[in-house]
Amino acid sequence: MSIYGFLHRSALKQLPECLNEAGYRCIGPRVREGAVTFGELTSIDDLPRGVGDEQRPAHYRLGEREDERLFAWAVGPQGLKSWLFTPRETLWRSRRDDDGRLYFETGSPADDRPLAAIGVRACDLAALRLQDAHFLEREPDPGYRKRRAGLFLVAVDCTHPAETCFCHSTGDGPACESGFDLALHELDDGFIVHAGSEAGERVAARLPLLPVGEEQEAARRDQQRAAIDAQQRALPGRNLRDALFANLDHERWQAVAERCLSCANCTSVCPTCFCHSHEEVPDLDGRTSEHLRQWDSCFTEGHSYIHGIVIRAETPERYRQWLTHKLGSWHDQYGRSGCVGCGRCITWCPVGIDLTEEATVICAEAGDD
Amino acid sequence: MTDERKPRVAVHKFSSCDGCQLAFLNLGPDLLRLAELVEIVHFAEAGPSNPDADVDIAFIEGSVSTPDERERLRRIRAHSGFLVTIGACATSGGLQALRNLRDSESEWREAIYARPEYIDSLAHATAIREHARVDLELWGCPVDGRQVLAAVRALLFGVPPVEERDKVCLECKRHQTVCVMVARGEPCMGPVTRTGCGALCPRFGRDCYACYGPAEGANTTSLAHRFEGLGLAPEAVARRFHFIHSGQEPFTGAGNEAAGIIPGKAR
Ligand code: SF4
Ligand code: SF4
Ligand code: SF4
Repeated sequence: MSIYGFLHRSALKQLPECLNEAGYRCIGPRVREGAVTFGELTSIDDLPRGVGDEQRPAHYRLGEREDERLFAWAVGPQGLKSWLFTPRETLWRSRRDDDGRLYFETGSPADDRPLAAIGVRACDLAALRLQDAHFLEREPDPGYRKRRAGLFLVAVDCTHPAETCFCHSTGDGPACESGFDLALHELDDGFIVHAGSEAGERVAARLPLLPVGEEQEAARRDQQRAAIDAQQRALPGRNLRDALFANLDHERWQAVAERCLSCANCTSVCPTCFCHSHEEVPDLDGRTSEHLRQWDSCFTEGHSYIHGIVIRAETPERYRQWLTHKLGSWHDQYGRSGCVGCGRCITWCPVGIDLTEEATVICAEAGDD
Repeated sequence: MTDERKPRVAVHKFSSCDGCQLAFLNLGPDLLRLAELVEIVHFAEAGPSNPDADVDIAFIEGSVSTPDERERLRRIRAHSGFLVTIGACATSGGLQALRNLRDSESEWREAIYARPEYIDSLAHATAIREHARVDLELWGCPVDGRQVLAAVRALLFGVPPVEERDKVCLECKRHQTVCVMVARGEPCMGPVTRTGCGALCPRFGRDCYACYGPAEGANTTSLAHRFEGLGLAPEAVARRFHFIHSGQEPFTGAGNEAAGIIPGKAR
């Protein structure tokens, strides 16, 4: 029987303390540059107390709430991706000696203390499973594996989805079902805490948990129902592969490309996108060189450059690549869609392109499961 | 690379503010290391002056805006192996090209100079590529020292330098900067602007003003429309596109369209 109990709001400060004592470096949601992003947590006071958000296509603003809630907002621009699949990383360094012999050494990770992330949402847990499938199966990526191995996840149920959220339609939220070490459900006076792993049990055992009352259970159920009901958007189905590939010549690709800036904001904020490019950065003396890996996107020309030609030179093909891969061929690659319904690509697209709307139009006639 | 002869380098100045040459000088220790790898035969701002020497690599700062510059450029091209423009002025005409928009060279000359008869300038200030073959263009106002050094390094290896053509946004997101357009409603030019600066402005909380010029596949029409949606007046939208690179398509056209300017017609 896993640990399940109620933690009074005033006792939450013990959580980062327990994690620090267990050797973790804590990150959690903090307000930075007008948005909720993950950052180092020194104390529970760093969390966004009484902060709410307003999200629409191409629009994000924070506001003040009347209460003391710490997690009454939907996901900001950043998920866990940048902490595991880092935006830029040195994979190796090479050196050439006077006789022309080459030597290689691996890039060194910045900080290899294990990380505990507080405030991870259901969509990000689902995205993490997909990133794991990409970076850990077959040829594990050493840097990702190292960072992922030590990761302790404190998940939080979403009680205040944004207008752009649609995780209920993808089956990934808003409540956290699995894949966490600890899960929190925030109520007015505290948190229902639920351990989901042995490491989670060990931390939970040190928290002053009380039994969960009937009223608290009822409040949790009400909030979960309301969070689902609050979601306005949906994809037109869980598997759009055949519908998308039957519509490669749909006129909508051209129409969306007239608005699309091909700027890669959508793929950068998407918690499941994993494309990257490699770059060699030689030192001026020409004897040493760093080999970098950095985030790339299907919206760049380099992404489809093959020996002298750019295959997707124009935006219609790039947008089509994004959607047909994310919602289509991911099913062949990873057994599910690459979209977890977080809504980030809608909010952070500078011109507010909404993939649920585009997919609905493009897949209108073809069948679905 | 053989050590028999060090590659010879020249840095030339045309109509400009000297900021890109300063980007060279500000390289600090790297400039000293560079001086060990190449022979800097002409760089008037730093000392050596030998403008007509034969060189392997010539860097050019500034636009062509006088008859004398046109002539000087012809000589430099004839004496240079690989010609690289550095900065906005050399690459698109830069700020000086603003006067082209209104065909107002004589008007300004009369208004600004006490003795306008001493000024001998061309009707238009234009990019180096309009007058001579250019092998590589490094954008930015000013250029980034990292890009200058990377170009020299590539040439020393005997390979073509890598051109960076993506949009600023991708680099902005790699830095995990919060988007100033989405979170604050600022009219950021990042989505149409060429990368290379490391998303410097957004990282300091301000909107990109496109000093690196247009990125590949820049959708200026959509962004101009978005700026209107953010509440910018047509003149303000035009200024976003015309500010630094009014001489470079698609920015010239996007700004003209926003302001209702018909090219070639003085207002
Ligand atoms: S495609 Fe958009 S909504 Fe779906 S997971 Fe990616 S960012 Fe979130
Ligand atoms: S869909 Fe939006 S965020 Fe994505 S590339 Fe196009 S304009 Fe940029
Ligand atoms: S701040 Fe500017 S450069 Fe950065 S993502 Fe937003 S629009 Fe692009």
